[in-house]
Amino acid sequence: MSQNQLIPGMGAGEMLVDNISKGFGLGPLRKQVLCNCSFTLEKRKLTVLIGPSGCGKSTLVNVLAGYETLDGGKIQIDGQPINGPGVDRLVVFQETALFPWMTTFENVSYGPQVQRKLSKEVYTHETMKLLELVGLKDFKDKYPSQLSGGMQRRAELVRAMINQPKVMLMDEPFRGLDAMTRALMQEYYVRLFEEHQGTNLFVTSELEEAIFLADKLLILTNRPARVKKVIEVNLPRPRQFSMLTSKEYQTCKQEALELLHEEAMKSFAAGAVNAADFLEACSQMGQDQAVPTCTGEDDAKQ
Amino acid sequence: MATGSKQGFNWVKLKKQVFSRTTYRGILAIIVFTVLWEMCSRLQVPIVGNVPPPSSVLKALGQQLVSKSYWASWLDSYVRILTGFAIAQVFGIPLGLLLGVNKKARDLIYPVFEIMRPIPPLAWVPIAVIFWPTTELSMMFVTFLGAFFTVVLNIVGGARSIDVRYIRAAHSLGSTRADIFWKVMLPATLPSIVVGMTVGMGITWAVVVAAEMIASRSGLGFLTWQSYVAGVYPLIVIGMMSIGVAGYISSAMIRLIGRRITPWLRTY
Repeated sequence: MSQNQLIPGMGAGEMLVDNISKGFGLGPLRKQVLCNCSFTLEKRKLTVLIGPSGCGKSTLVNVLAGYETLDGGKIQIDGQPINGPGVDRLVVFQETALFPWMTTFENVSYGPQVQRKLSKEVYTHETMKLLELVGLKDFKDKYPSQLSGGMQRRAELVRAMINQPKVMLMDEPFRGLDAMTRALMQEYYVRLFEEHQGTNLFVTSELEEAIFLADKLLILTNRPARVKKVIEVNLPRPRQFSMLTSKEYQTCKQEALELLHEEAMKSFAAGAVNAADFLEACSQMGQDQAVPTCTGEDDAKQ
Repeated sequence: MATGSKQGFNWVKLKKQVFSRTTYRGILAIIVFTVLWEMCSRLQVPIVGNVPPPSSVLKALGQQLVSKSYWASWLDSYVRILTGFAIAQVFGIPLGLLLGVNKKARDLIYPVFEIMRPIPPLAWVPIAVIFWPTTELSMMFVTFLGAFFTVVLNIVGGARSIDVRYIRAAHSLGSTRADIFWKVMLPATLPSIVVGMTVGMGITWAVVVAAEMIASRSGLGFLTWQSYVAGVYPLIVIGMMSIGVAGYISSAMIRLIGRRITPWLRTY
């Protein structure tokens, strides 16, 4: 990388997730959220993760980002084990996490500013370039509360991109946007990805969005979550909304739907009992998570 | 730190705000109130009629406004307020942040703090008078206490309720611990600091006036009490109104500062 130019997606890396598990709560209330979950995020590919609601997608993202410690298994980026949160894996959250007390410009340039690797002129230039790319140049001095939902998402996207993370983790980033904005954001995002080709993990619970974006679709099981099936999406790039009527898309969707339906049914059946237990376990959470077992109880069932 | 968009001063907006219906209504309300008050006194309405009427208050006010001792009372009260208040900020803000951010410090300090907090500042007057070498210092100390606990509590609350997403995002983006404190935790707590200051300033005036009545020989509180003892009734009313105006000026100053340091909260 030359010192004077940041090319988003340039430092793309490969993330290996090997047999990880994670649970919350203590003693009999302990609930396994992830169990023996393995997958790979291929370099320069957009991997989409989809699963029934409440299956542990957000926990998975938190673990990958390094916000939560693992109970077992390992996560590596380009062969290096991860250790806590880092600039190599940036998260775009479900709700906006832009700092309300900073302007758009200050938010986007925050990463380079605190990493102190680039001179102010360089990162100012890069920030402006990216803001222009996502159409926020005129809003650079506005606070997040003055931006619309879609603008906030774009600002957050470039706040992550400017740091050239090896992996971008998108945790249901378009949830809560209205249908029109959402479609626009999907188009925006897929263009950005196709231009810069970073390694992306995109978590969603919307199948249509998932297939439209994905190179590879990971379908998660009901909690405790693991990868049930990997579907390769062979739609050509650049992606167009018109592809949503193509035959490949339909085949893909059909296959995914069946798998998801199966999991959703399980989730529904287990729902009432699980929900009660889970809430109870959550209330005990955050104290100590030191029981590093991912017992065979779930394996025994199958 | 945050810098908003810089524009020239908006005179049109100010003009519209000053010459608005709200202003006229306000003036009307004050006039009606004064007339009613005067009538109560003239018509010898029981109880309320004993309050000196505006006419005699205004006459006395004319004398006071040119008297040196009246303004000395203002000055004395303000010195006590501002010193006590400023010291409360100097100690309260860092302590509040420390308690909000650091669990160990919270576990160690909070219990003592929680016992001291419910003691009304005025209950400290006797011991303060014994403890401090001069009355002036004991007044300031009591004033300090009035603001201190409110400020600390507000900041602790504010610092503890910072959304974890902000901290996580800051971590991920490569912040050092110092960055997280100065660029995330401090600005995120600023609104609570402003609230603490606003409430603290109100309490400070209540405390200083009462303390002056009990233990001091100067200040607006003393002026009011002294007028009662000496039987100069119009002066009591002047004392009360002066305290009201002084308190209003102080709150207005805090509001102004508050708006300055949290520009992102007044965006629409």
